[in-house]
Amino acid sequence: YLVRSQPKLQVRKRWDEEEGVDTGDGWDEWSGKALIKPPDQLELTEAELKEETTRILTANNPHAPQNIVRYSFKERSYKPTSVVDQMAVHFVLEGSLLHQDSDEARRLRAKEGPCSFFSTQSDYDLIFLMCPETDGGEEAGEEDRPDSVASKTDRKEPKVSNQFNFSERASQTLNNPLRERSCQTEPPPRSNFSDTANQWEIYDAYVEELQQQEKNKEKQKAAASKNDNDKSKKKTVLMETQNDDISKVGKASKIFERMVNQNTFDDIAQDFKYFEDASDEFRDQEGTLLPLWKFQYDKAKRLSVTALCWNKKYQDLFAVGMGSYDFSKQGRGMLVYYSLKNSAFPEFIYPTDSGVLCLDIHEQHSYLVVVGFYDGCVAVYNLKEEGLEPLYKSTAKTGKHTDPVWQVRWQNDDMDNNHNFYSVSSDGRVVSWTLVKNELVFTDIIRLSLDGAVSDGPEGAEQPACGTSFDFHKQIDYLFLVGTEEGKIHKCSKTYSSQFLETYDAHSMAVDAVKWNHFHPKVFISCSSDWTVKIWDHAINTPMFTFDLNAAVGDVAWSPYSSTVFAAVTTDGTVHVFDLNINKYEAICQQPVVAKKKTKLTHIEFNPIYPILIVGDDRGYVSSFKLSPNLRKKPKALLPLMTMVNELWSNQSCRTKHRRKPNSTLSHNTLIRAHLQLALQPLQFPFVLIMHNTWHCGAWVQHT
Amino acid sequence: MAEVEETLKRIQSQNGVQGIIIVNTEGIPIKTTLDNASTVQYAGLIHQLVMKARSTVRDIDPQNDLTFLRVRSKKNEIMIAPDKDYFLIVIQNPSD
Repeated sequence: YLVRSQPKLQVRKRWDEEEGVDTGDGWDEWSGKALIKPPDQLELTEAELKEETTRILTANNPHAPQNIVRYSFKERSYKPTSVVDQMAVHFVLEGSLLHQDSDEARRLRAKEGPCSFFSTQSDYDLIFLMCPETDGGEEAGEEDRPDSVASKTDRKEPKVSNQFNFSERASQTLNNPLRERSCQTEPPPRSNFSDTANQWEIYDAYVEELQQQEKNKEKQKAAASKNDNDKSKKKTVLMETQNDDISKVGKASKIFERMVNQNTFDDIAQDFKYFEDASDEFRDQEGTLLPLWKFQYDKAKRLSVTALCWNKKYQDLFAVGMGSYDFSKQGRGMLVYYSLKNSAFPEFIYPTDSGVLCLDIHEQHSYLVVVGFYDGCVAVYNLKEEGLEPLYKSTAKTGKHTDPVWQVRWQNDDMDNNHNFYSVSSDGRVVSWTLVKNELVFTDIIRLSLDGAVSDGPEGAEQPACGTSFDFHKQIDYLFLVGTEEGKIHKCSKTYSSQFLETYDAHSMAVDAVKWNHFHPKVFISCSSDWTVKIWDHAINTPMFTFDLNAAVGDVAWSPYSSTVFAAVTTDGTVHVFDLNINKYEAICQQPVVAKKKTKLTHIEFNPIYPILIVGDDRGYVSSFKLSPNLRKKPKALLPLMTMVNELWSNQSCRTKHRRKPNSTLSHNTLIRAHLQLALQPLQFPFVLIMHNTWHCGAWVQHT
Repeated sequence: MAEVEETLKRIQSQNGVQGIIIVNTEGIPIKTTLDNASTVQYAGLIHQLVMKARSTVRDIDPQNDLTFLRVRSKKNEIMIAPDKDYFLIVIQNPSD
């Protein structure tokens, strides 16, 4: 811009002059003298004021950026753009004008027909086309006649169309009214399924799969016998429907009974396991019996306990034989099994026709039990079988005894692997029974008689003696002892049926029990209703020890843990426990164990592993007792018993006389000496042989 | 079957036993000596406990299985014996 540097004053003046205004005075006063400066005006010198500054008008867009930088891929770097667009758009209007010579215009004109025309107006030029209809009036159309042009254009307005040649066409149809129709079906049956995948579920699935496979294999194999299968299937189906809900909890209820009993008798169970009588220390050498459980069965109340036996395999199980010792009151009997775990009810119950007098449980096959009856029968029961009937039973045909069977014992299987057992009865026979397949085969082993061994010869009247008890030697298989009603004890051998090896005049009344010592191979004990208990060495005819217990002794038993401890029960309801190691003359425990004075104790047994005694009485009760520590002392070796034997013999040899050899004191002494020698030998297999020799020696002495 | 009935009777007659409940695998009590409300309650709660206990035992060793479960509380003792298809619950007061 060129700035006029003339002051404004002069312009004003001219104006004033033209108009001849009388305000000239005012102007002069006002504007001629001083310049009114705004307070923030830049102060410049005169020279600077006169300086001319040039301002240039360029076509550059001041708003355009001057430093645009673009990334060049070719050079892989940012490069400034040299040329920047300087165009600034100020105004844009979208128009719809068409140039008349363009294609579109021509097309449109052609569409409109000859009456369409466009007029382009220039200042002095006018071109317009003539429409054939308006021929008459428009010939001289050189003049500018905007009106006629306007009227002409009014006639047919050309339709303006766009470049796409788009036309819209629409029509509306009749809308059908909407109607809804629905129907509902029954929902498909649904159920929720959820499951867990645990270790054990997977295991179970595998096991089932295996079983299924095995079943399939079996089915394939048994394809021929289809009929049988069907029948059995039918049977099993029937069985399942019959099996009611209740019986399925059978096993659980059994466990439960034991648990509930354990709770009820909790203190007893604790005592059984843990209680040790501490006062034994102060009691010198004596001991006590702690009462534990009491076993009874309602239906067996009037019967007395006639036999007791522990099961060797399951040491909490024991068998009780019930019957009656009374000659006049013979009736039925029972075989009952109890477990220490459940004192309220027996585990197994077998009612029998006649009273049970004795029983024995097989050592290896503890499900077999042999029972001897008052009527002379013997029977073998199998616990594994469901029924209440015995497996085998002897009858009159098969050699049953004619008198009550007082003792039965299992023996080792014979050479054909058949089980066999022995029985002794009042008819004087010792019989061996073998279980061959389905029947009992009997063999008379020996016949007892009053005078000695029975020989088959025709000589003399033989009165059969009544055997009341017997016991087999623990190590020597063929050796056994028989006690008789007359009070004699016979030492016999299975192989010599005609002769006794030895006879001892033991008691004045019937020998109730004869038992070999578990440890010492030569010692046995016997008890009788003549109030005595006697301990013997089988090589010597007189007892080593005799104990008088002031009442008829029902039973005696060695302890399984010590060779010097034994217990006896008497009819006055007392249990006597002896330990020969501690006291040779008196019992270390004499304890009455029954409440009512009239109850007679009939049998006693030690438990093989627990420090427990069971005692049966004639009212059908079985009581269990725990032995106090003083009663359970185990000797370190067998030496005590043997030294005792020595001592005793040296003592007794002075006092006693042998009935058979009244004049052979010398030989008797040799016998003693031989005996002493062997007593000092350590206990081993050779010892047994030596003993055998001694026996022969003894026999030799006897015959001479 | 009669044997089992007898056993259950004997258990019931022992001192201190407050009740016996037999529950099937779904948790529905089928036989009981208690009143309905308690039975249903016991059955429901104990069922879950037994499942959990059994699962625990078998997870550790799949060949093992739960034989007995005893829950002793201040006032009584709840004993549970699970079987294949059923389980038996006995509530006893052991101090009697």
